[in-house]
Amino acid sequence: MDTGDTAWVLISTALILFMTPGLAFFYAGMVRSKNVLGMLMQNYFAMGLISVLWAIVGFTIAFGGTGPIIGDFEFAWLSNVTSLDGTIPGMAFVGFQMMFAVITPALITGATADRLKFSGYAVLIGVWSIVVYAPVARWVFNANGWIFESGALDFAGGAAIHINAGVAALAVVLVIGNRKGHGSEPMPPHNLPLTMLGTGILWFGWIGFNAGSSLAANGVAAQALVNTHLAAAAGMLGWLIVERIKTGHATTLGAASGAVAGLVAITPCAGFVGGMAPLIIGGLAGAICVFALAIKARMNWDDSLDVIAVHLVGGLVGTLLLGLFADTAVNGEFDGLFFGGGGELLKDQFIAAVSVAAFSFVATYLIATAIQRTMGLRVSTDDELLGLDQSQHSESAYTS
Amino acid sequence: MKLVTAVIKPFKLDEVKEALKASGASGITVDEVRGFGRQGGHTETYRGAEYKIDFVPKIRLSIVVEDDRVDDVVGTIMSVAATGKIGDGKIWVTDVERVVRIRTGDEGNDAI
Repeated sequence: MDTGDTAWVLISTALILFMTPGLAFFYAGMVRSKNVLGMLMQNYFAMGLISVLWAIVGFTIAFGGTGPIIGDFEFAWLSNVTSLDGTIPGMAFVGFQMMFAVITPALITGATADRLKFSGYAVLIGVWSIVVYAPVARWVFNANGWIFESGALDFAGGAAIHINAGVAALAVVLVIGNRKGHGSEPMPPHNLPLTMLGTGILWFGWIGFNAGSSLAANGVAAQALVNTHLAAAAGMLGWLIVERIKTGHATTLGAASGAVAGLVAITPCAGFVGGMAPLIIGGLAGAICVFALAIKARMNWDDSLDVIAVHLVGGLVGTLLLGLFADTAVNGEFDGLFFGGGGELLKDQFIAAVSVAAFSFVATYLIATAIQRTMGLRVSTDDELLGLDQSQHSESAYTS
Repeated sequence: MKLVTAVIKPFKLDEVKEALKASGASGITVDEVRGFGRQGGHTETYRGAEYKIDFVPKIRLSIVVEDDRVDDVVGTIMSVAATGKIGDGKIWVTDVERVVRIRTGDEGNDAI
């Protein structure tokens, strides 16, 4: 047991926990004022539900046994976890991974804003966490997982978290349809200060997300920390430059979105790249994600708060650029194309990204359809027009 | 008695209030309102999506005054609230039938 490593992983776990409230406020500021509590509730509820499910069964599906696709029940009900003790206690790893499991389904809520029935949402993320997230986490993060074994790299979850949740968001949007009034009524953000606050919390927590993923207090953690911060910074600049040229103004929402896009893209790369690579990865992600905003308009997908443009596209950018910038001088066993490793890693990254996306899309579509056809996943038109705050929770955010 | 109602630019409120106090006004009522006139609205852009904002924020002042004070009050508001640019607002004057001070029951000019 290494006390330094253990301390860093415990602190990182707390940092990652804080990201889910950050995400809640990031999204809540962008919805209309009648849906702000609905959005906050969906995110905070993930901290409740997913934590419980993870302890009972999620963790063991992701990390139990030796199977390449799913785990066994070795760690069900958090039994036998001490068998994982190494430089950090097995229980520290359980807690650390629990926070990843919590925030991933919460990412979906940005795409489905203002129209999910709370009960349907609860079943959706509960089932999704066990059927989609836990297996994908195994493929990517567990040494027995088939993507991990294939040689593809994903330091903190570019594929397992951002591509996975981004594709799932699209699948749910296709099942539930667009918001009433989408495209005809204005739906501007109701409180961008909340969004800016949430962005700051996300940025802060992401330090734990990425630098904690070294699972040790070492040089890789330090590299990942600096890479993470630099990519967020470059992402902000990349987004703002493109936005300023395209629309004439550098906006606060653009600064926030660019920083998050940079953070998403550096997530798979954080512990595998060095030098100025994080600036290139973050800056490109920020710039590319601005252009990706056009996808939803072209396809008429009401991805309300741009989960596709930021998380799916940002995750793809990071996952693929790692195939170019991975550097064994920093960490790991595989060099990218620009560091003499040839195209092998890029090919593995591509296969990993496509596999996660395909599985996530099909499985999520089926889960969402089943819920929609049985208990209902979308609110009634009356409830939607009234707003989620009153119709789902019988509360109001702003009273006077 | 007359009711003087003025719609002005929000940042002019403090100046107008001070000028009215200095000219002897005993009270004003203020509402935050939105509306459109010749000034029109403006455009906001969120993640590349343009929103036309038609209603502009304004302040509405309501002042009940004695008949012989109307010109003074209207003139004071006009001189202070004007910027010379479109959107400075409007002032209108209406008759008031009855005014009562709730605490004392005073009526008419005594209640102003």
